[in-house]
Amino acid sequence: MKKQVTLLKEFTKGLWEINPTFKQILGMCPTLAVTVSAINGIAMALATTFVLVFSSLLISIVRKWIPNQVRIASYIVIIATFVTIVDLVMKAQFVELSKALGPFIPLIVVNCIILGRAEAFASKNNPLRSVLDALGNGAGFLISLFVLGSIREIIGSRTILGYQVLPNGFEPWLIMILPAGAFLTLGLLMGFANMYIERKKNLEREALIAQYRRVGKEEITDEVLKEAGV
Amino acid sequence: MELLLIFISAALVNNFVLSYFLGICPFIGVSNKTSSAISMGMATTFVMVLTAIVSWLLFNLILVPYKLEFLQIPSFILVIAALVQFVEMVIKKVSQPLYRALGIFLPLITTNCAILGLALLASMRNYNFLESVIFGAGAGAGFTLALIIMAGIREELDLADVPKPFQGAPITLIVAGILALAFMGFAGMI
Repeated sequence: MKKQVTLLKEFTKGLWEINPTFKQILGMCPTLAVTVSAINGIAMALATTFVLVFSSLLISIVRKWIPNQVRIASYIVIIATFVTIVDLVMKAQFVELSKALGPFIPLIVVNCIILGRAEAFASKNNPLRSVLDALGNGAGFLISLFVLGSIREIIGSRTILGYQVLPNGFEPWLIMILPAGAFLTLGLLMGFANMYIERKKNLEREALIAQYRRVGKEEITDEVLKEAGV
Repeated sequence: MELLLIFISAALVNNFVLSYFLGICPFIGVSNKTSSAISMGMATTFVMVLTAIVSWLLFNLILVPYKLEFLQIPSFILVIAALVQFVEMVIKKVSQPLYRALGIFLPLITTNCAILGLALLASMRNYNFLESVIFGAGAGAGFTLALIIMAGIREELDLADVPKPFQGAPITLIVAGILALAFMGFAGMI
């Protein structure tokens, strides 16, 4: 029996620890496609979060009645239902956004984040925890889409959320709003994120070694360090 | 002529992977080796053409006449899942070598957004039957092409000295970006 984590942790782990984009590398297609501007990124993330939260809730409620063999098919039907709701609402209420996001709203059905969380979490945990987990992952997705969308919008069209932030003297980089810019920006961001994590890990490691030295512990092997979790 | 344009547009100018961002997961996941890239590309192309046929029939013969267009998303995804399962069973029975080559890639294709994207785009653009099929074939060819080029580059990349934080997904994305730039050269063709 694994340790029960606190409810707060269930939510916050999605923000960074298992961030869908940077750590799990899931849901790449919408991440790259819609982040031409920050507002598109936010809209996409909110739509995905809505589907994620409600399908996690429903899957978690009915998880005991779904036979194991047909579980993936059942999950997909549940997810498709919520995606249809989002799609129809967006078409009726937010015509502009719906046009900008194009086929990517219906494509939330095959977004691996949702099926991934359903399979890895909602099918094994109670509804409350599943909803918190879904909210956390949705928020993590929102953060990464917003960061990526902001960077591309600032450099590619000098604005953020429609407000101009860079002076007219700055020549916008056309490449940032083209498909190639999406790949390059995400690749660089991911690399820098890894660099930061690596450096933090090394610092922790060195601090621990120094601490062991101080208390006079002689052997500092890799196993000892691994046990301490650094 | 119209059909040729659709084919070239789907395969090169508006390449599914590099300009529509559809099917990124297999693009990053299965592009380690050229041999598996070829198999994956072939399997996907095959399913894409079949999907184009079946989804066109479903949409225009069942959903539109009975005014059920709002069921488009669930019905497409179910039909694709069933189709992939069916293709897998048929290949297993008919040709063992082909099954060994394509088998493990087929289940992955169900959740490949390129397939569902193809079906949705074709119905969004009101393609007729023949146009849909050509569109599916073109999209499959473009996907295969992008996957094979990427696999070739990544095999070379294994020998390169990439900084540690950039190994794996980050460098793959950066290479894909440069590849997307190269594919922009096709933009003037039509």
